[in-house]
Amino acid sequence: MEALKEKLVNPVELLSSALLSGDVEVVDLTHTLDPDFPVIVLPPEFGQCARFRMEEISAYDHRGPAWKWNTFTCSEHTGTHFDAPIHWISGRDLPNNTVDSIPPEHFVGSVVVIDCSEGSAQDDDFELSPEIIVAWEAEHGRIPAESWVFMRTDWSKRRGAAYLNMRDDGPHSPGPTPEAIRFLIEERSIRGFGTETVGTDAGQGAHYTPPYPAHFYLHGAGKYGLQCMCNLDQLPATGAMILCAPLKIKNGTGSPLRVLALVPKGGR
Amino acid sequence: MVTPLQKPPKKNPQVRTRVPTLPSHYRSRSALFMAATAAEGRFMLQVCAEPDCGFVQYPARDACSSCLSDRLVWQDVSSRGKLIATSTVRTSTNTYFRERTPWRLGTVHLEIGPSVMCHLHSEVAVGDEVQLINRLDKSGQSVLLALPLEKAPLQEDDMQLRELTCDPKFRRILITDARNPNAYALAKNLLEAGVSAVFVGEAESWRPYPDRAKLESLQGVELVSLDVTDTSSVQELAGEFGGKVDILINNARFVRPGGIQGRGDVSFAMDEMQVNYFGMMRLAQAFAPAMAGRSADGVNSAVAWVNVLSVYSLVSNPGFGSFSASNAAAHSLSQCLRAEMVSSGVRVVNVYCGPTEDEWHQPLPPPKVPASTLARELVKALQAGLEDVYVGDIAKDIRRKFMESPKVLEKEMTSLEAL
Repeated sequence: MEALKEKLVNPVELLSSALLSGDVEVVDLTHTLDPDFPVIVLPPEFGQCARFRMEEISAYDHRGPAWKWNTFTCSEHTGTHFDAPIHWISGRDLPNNTVDSIPPEHFVGSVVVIDCSEGSAQDDDFELSPEIIVAWEAEHGRIPAESWVFMRTDWSKRRGAAYLNMRDDGPHSPGPTPEAIRFLIEERSIRGFGTETVGTDAGQGAHYTPPYPAHFYLHGAGKYGLQCMCNLDQLPATGAMILCAPLKIKNGTGSPLRVLALVPKGGR
Repeated sequence: MVTPLQKPPKKNPQVRTRVPTLPSHYRSRSALFMAATAAEGRFMLQVCAEPDCGFVQYPARDACSSCLSDRLVWQDVSSRGKLIATSTVRTSTNTYFRERTPWRLGTVHLEIGPSVMCHLHSEVAVGDEVQLINRLDKSGQSVLLALPLEKAPLQEDDMQLRELTCDPKFRRILITDARNPNAYALAKNLLEAGVSAVFVGEAESWRPYPDRAKLESLQGVELVSLDVTDTSSVQELAGEFGGKVDILINNARFVRPGGIQGRGDVSFAMDEMQVNYFGMMRLAQAFAPAMAGRSADGVNSAVAWVNVLSVYSLVSNPGFGSFSASNAAAHSLSQCLRAEMVSSGVRVVNVYCGPTEDEWHQPLPPPKVPASTLARELVKALQAGLEDVYVGDIAKDIRRKFMESPKVLEKEMTSLEAL
């Protein structure tokens, strides 16, 4: 490594060689796009999130003898996905608020992880509050500006009905309070907020003021959301970076994507 | 005495599944009217409309056999008569009958005039007063069978009658949509009809629905993973259970109120097509071949494919215009499926249902069809061997008007007055 540093000054080459040597590891934070993966459920008179579906075009057969390919369909907000500011009414008039107009450098950046897994294991409606953030900073240092902040809940390890955790009074899953989101935006100037749950908001987020505060405040401030992620338990509290480029959909409000984290070896 | 039907033993894996054979399907076009009435289980014959004639015709023909008038009108007539002669076929060059001998035939002198050749229930003997039923046989054509006037014990177990019906007794059923509010009533009624198993397809087990616990509580019901909008899910279930489905009941339905301009997008319309039309096509591609191959497989042979359709598949109900259109597409597809299944003898049954008692029809005034009524009528239709079933007063009314004049019905449904 020292020899490399002497020979190479280009930091990208440094990164490439660190990836090759294993000094930097790649962690996949993405769920497989699976037809049976839960999506957000809204009252049935509203439009719904399209599930991931796949239809075969051909499979080395009479429909195409030497090749196999599929047509897939889904919503912009199916599976592990990115939310652009235009997704919410609060962000609808912002400049560069669509996935195709967001500056590409915003898709690569540092990430901090606030571990709420213990609290979430005890309380399905666990709330990320400003107090928790301040306590986290006391241990790990101040959240750098333009960072992604991920809320780790280990919710991605839940399967089946336990994931949405839908009851007669709606879904129950952890999320940030309105105050926590405002703190991250106004006091820490984060770039975006990411979760393992089906949305950036808590399952009961509709009952906050404003309703769905993460969506409302993040997108109103031109910030981004990432949700339905997994493997957040493999990330260090600080020191990792993510690559999260959504598909370049014209006027797109979001997109399924592959979220990759670069993690220093032993830094988990 | 009817020989009681025995619950079939487990299948011997070394014995080849019998390939379906069919009785003769040759009929004149006039005789197709008999098939059309058999589809609904009605007994109709041609009656001469000449005032001084009124002769009842059998078999169907183009001119009156008494006065040569061509004014022959299909009418519901009495099906009662006297069995005057019987005969037992012990060998036949026709493969279908050869495999089913001895087979009893007879001549019935109808009280309205004609004498007809017909199949016989085992409980009728020469000299008996009998009633005829007009039903579709395995080739989809009309045949007549003489039943005793008083229902005999275990009457439905009679082999010759069971060849004409789709009795669910001892058969295994697949209901495709556990989330439909009618799934519980369907499963319950089928279990009461003596089925040996009910598989109920459940989509998206990751989100709860009200009747899950009720369905699970029914002895004999098994929830299986199935989403008719997901090709891989349909194929997987067919791969696992395709050879165990004797009757498939496709109750999967997506319905939202609204026509064309009220919604302003095609999202719900696409969902309606995905479930109501493409869902049926996916199911048919995955399940129909296995069912067609098992239509002569003994007591629990594959026997029927049931589509629960809206009666508005026949004419648009503009208040549910997009839903109607998806059902019209599904109805057309079911006719195609009938054509593709006819060589197997598996019957494609269409259940035309009026507005249902559920959340999507909540603001509509009655009459609406409760799930229990739909389930009862559907099971009765299978037991009776029907092909077209109209459930609820509105469906029956639409049917009558559709048969009378599709155009007048369209005018009625789309007039300013109707809106």
